[in-house]
Amino acid sequence: MNPRILAATTGRILRQLRHDRRTIALLVLVPTVLLTLVYFMYVDQPTPPGQPSTFDRIALVMLGIFPFVIMFLVTSIAMLRERTSGTLERLLTTPLGKLDLLFGYGIAFGLAAAVQAAVAAGVAYWIFDLRTVGSSSLVIGIAVLDAVLGVALGLLCSAFARTEFQAVQFLPVVVIPQLLLCGLFVARDQMAGWLQALSDAFPLSYAIEALQEVGANAEPTGTMWRDVGVVFGAVVLALVLAAATLRRRTG
Amino acid sequence: MDDAITVRDLVVDRGGRRVLDGISCAVPRGAVTGLLGPSGSGKTTFMRAVVGVQLVSAGTVTVLGQPAGTPALRNRVGYLTQAPSVYADLTVRENARYFAALYGRGRAEADEAVSAVGLAEAAGQLVATLSGGQRSRASLACALVGDPELVILDEPTVGQDPVLRADLWARFHAMAAAATTLLVSSHVMDEAARCDRLLLIRQGRLIADDSPAAIRAAAGVDDLDEAFLRLIRAGAGDAPAGREAS
Repeated sequence: MNPRILAATTGRILRQLRHDRRTIALLVLVPTVLLTLVYFMYVDQPTPPGQPSTFDRIALVMLGIFPFVIMFLVTSIAMLRERTSGTLERLLTTPLGKLDLLFGYGIAFGLAAAVQAAVAAGVAYWIFDLRTVGSSSLVIGIAVLDAVLGVALGLLCSAFARTEFQAVQFLPVVVIPQLLLCGLFVARDQMAGWLQALSDAFPLSYAIEALQEVGANAEPTGTMWRDVGVVFGAVVLALVLAAATLRRRTG
Repeated sequence: MDDAITVRDLVVDRGGRRVLDGISCAVPRGAVTGLLGPSGSGKTTFMRAVVGVQLVSAGTVTVLGQPAGTPALRNRVGYLTQAPSVYADLTVRENARYFAALYGRGRAEADEAVSAVGLAEAAGQLVATLSGGQRSRASLACALVGDPELVILDEPTVGQDPVLRADLWARFHAMAAAATTLLVSSHVMDEAARCDRLLLIRQGRLIADDSPAAIRAAAGVDDLDEAFLRLIRAGAGDAPAGREAS
């Protein structure tokens, strides 16, 4: 990796984003709109005594899931566009390293995700009165890490898609199983053993657990730091695998 | 002085078809070499092999003394793909600046490259809003912005108006005079006459490798189009069996 090339690539991706006002609006507003739906779904649900309200439980998890899903989709398509427009082939004839490109996407979309997560969390805390025992800045931090996980998996999956048409099909393959088994629908320790094993293998499970730890504890717990470490490791692994599957020479 | 590009027995297969069939040739330094041939003859594949993005089945390609695709070469070789490969959602200037940064060049060099291809007035325009000819010139600016020693240009003048085409060719010759090596593909024969040297390929085989004057003399006609026709007909006798002219 070369810091100058990495910075230029990150800047270029952000400039592309800046020219696309509609995408910016969608990135910022969609999680907020979805949170609004979640709020009104649960607003009249009774809260069991001594437990967090259903909205608090669901909204906290959603703050991690929305950026993950959206960034996965945006990144798969962005990388496919590099491929189909010929810019990827051209980039690979320049001094740019493969990791410069992949980390450039990771950083640029990670920054976009930070804005997205901050707006969504702001709305959740201030307008919908989300309550977490731990700090809101940790929630935003973990949400951004989830977004970067989505970016990294999106970059990896785009290597296996030849067209945008194929790329979007990876969403149900890669994202939905992780959503189903992350502990949102059924607590992880109540699942059958093989489902638990699958859940343990999915990085999103750790991302969600980290958020739940912040929701339930005033101070960052050891479990939370371990989960954050696992997600971070998954991000680096996915990016390195994505670099390994990116071929300079093709037939 | 050694050649900029030396190709030995290059064979490339794509999708089960032999696209380049044993090409050997050399491209001299500091000159404009034209790569001529009909559409589908293997020009683009040949250029991809030279920049090192093409998987080759056999043979060697040596570029500026090193195997094609060597990391050290990426700073020294500029490549213009046939379809304009620039970011449609960036302005011309932003594209040029990005590619300049990859080669360690600054904003001044980027702006200069944009002016050199006649796009100074459209520099602030999004590439998506440009005409086809402007778009390919924006792509050209990004290939030249690193001031490479070797420039590989895949059909750089398609769709350009005659005045601009003449300007671009004058620029290519000025670059060659300043010791840059250019390999330029075209399927337009009137451009062949502007080259210092010509490589003619057809159906993956090299039919001619000489200066335009020598090719005219060998064929015994003044018109290059006619000269190539005669060379092809003369070469048709020793084409391998099973290879039909389409």
